Amino acid sequence: MLHRAPPGLKLGSALVIVIAIVLMPRRPDALYLLPAALLLGLWPLARMPLGFAVRRMLVAEFFILGMALLTLLAPEALPVFLAALIKSNLSIFAMLLLIWTTPFQSILQQLRRLGLPAVMVTTLALMYRYLPVLAEESSRMQRARASRTFAPGRRLAWHSLTTIIGQLFVRAADRAERIYLAMCARGWK
Amino acid sequence: MHLPDGFLDTKTALFSAGVAAAGVGFAVREVRATLEPRRMPLLGLAAAFVFAAQMLNFPVVGGTSGHLTGGVLTAVLLGPAAAVVVLTCVLVVQCLVFADGGLMALGANVFNMAILSVFGGYFAFWAAARLVRGNSVRATVFAAAFAGWVGTVLASISVAGQLALSGTVPWGLAFPAMANVHMLIGIGEGLATGLITLAVLRIRPDLVAGAQAQAAAAGWSWVPYGLLVSVGLAVFVAPFASPWPDGLESVAAKLGFEEQAGRSAFAAPFAEYEVPGVGSATLATALAGLVGTVLAFGAAYLLARLLVPSLGTPHKDAPSRN
Repeated sequence: MLHRAPPGLKLGSALVIVIAIVLMPRRPDALYLLPAALLLGLWPLARMPLGFAVRRMLVAEFFILGMALLTLLAPEALPVFLAALIKSNLSIFAMLLLIWTTPFQSILQQLRRLGLPAVMVTTLALMYRYLPVLAEESSRMQRARASRTFAPGRRLAWHSLTTIIGQLFVRAADRAERIYLAMCARGWK
Repeated sequence: MHLPDGFLDTKTALFSAGVAAAGVGFAVREVRATLEPRRMPLLGLAAAFVFAAQMLNFPVVGGTSGHLTGGVLTAVLLGPAAAVVVLTCVLVVQCLVFADGGLMALGANVFNMAILSVFGGYFAFWAAARLVRGNSVRATVFAAAFAGWVGTVLASISVAGQLALSGTVPWGLAFPAMANVHMLIGIGEGLATGLITLAVLRIRPDLVAGAQAQAAAAGWSWVPYGLLVSVGLAVFVAPFASPWPDGLESVAAKLGFEEQAGRSAFAAPFAEYEVPGVGSATLATALAGLVGTVLAFGAAYLLARLLVPSLGTPHKDAPSRN
């Protein structure tokens, strides 16, 4: 259902929902049931699997807790702390619904229609396309290194990791040259 | 350091988004004007590279590990304007594909990590690189390591300011907590930035030299970015950073308001939301920042000295080569 909705509408609604959540009072409040109910109602329409939601929420929880612990430093901060937890979890859930139902390509098209500069659009598109390629390349280099190094110490680990990252950049730059030639061969201008 | 949604209020988020949009706009205009078309795809590949590099975990103390942020590294490898575009794209994808960093907080995250960290760090790089004469590889590695530290600390101070401006965490607590932790985290970032720069310099020195030459030849102006960064910092940090309001208050108290308030003035050191000693914690953190900067500077120099003659330049007896 939600998959078919226009990406601009989904992006806009996600922003509106997040803003509404952020505007809510800085303490646990019954008002939070409203966006929660709305998001829960949208969930079946998005057909987002439970496993995906739980996995992504758990990853995000790490960052949220890190920030939220800061709020706990102040005296009598428990309401602020709880409100921050509620707000950020609801917002993340709204973002997950958006992400699950909207391919990045169509968000990108929408952003281009909204006037995102061409440099940004090209960079985002290329980044999204080559992210798995470079991640693969990086893990291949790590595997090769691991097969040659037996139980590296911390010093050696830093040396090999920084070398791998440096090498990864050089290969990315070489690949960018080839991509440019391929793009030109296909009439890019 | 990615801020999720729910920690910033609307005014802070909107203001950060405005400053961030202006900064990215400047950077895009400069990239469009100066970058040769041949290097255009490099931006996208560099963004993918930063993302892939952030996934690698460096062992730190005990069982903990950390990862690279990569803003200053990208500025060293590609030049600052290109780095702003690259880091912004990384943050956009992290937000819209991985739900890492909030949608409404995107502007704040872009300001902290793609603008302040990149430009502040690049300024430190630019200034520090001029202090070392002779061996350009050593100068670059030293400056990159120092700048990596500076960029991390700057971004963390801005995060503290945004949290305080939003009323989420009082400045007197956010600033010491964020700055002190990131002065330590920054060591890792600086070390990794320096070592990776050295690795790239060994394999393809022309890449780094090309980027730096281009940044210099572009008639690169600090003015618009310097202005933007100052505006952001002025709004996020300046209202809190000045010690004067507290000082004035205490002077006022001594000069007579104390009489009016009677004995209760002594009984109410907790009156403001702050805990006792927090004012001095802010001051102590600022001092620690100064000392930390000097230490980071020295450590980066030692690192470069240690690494470059022994491992770096293949022709260390022919300095005229550079």
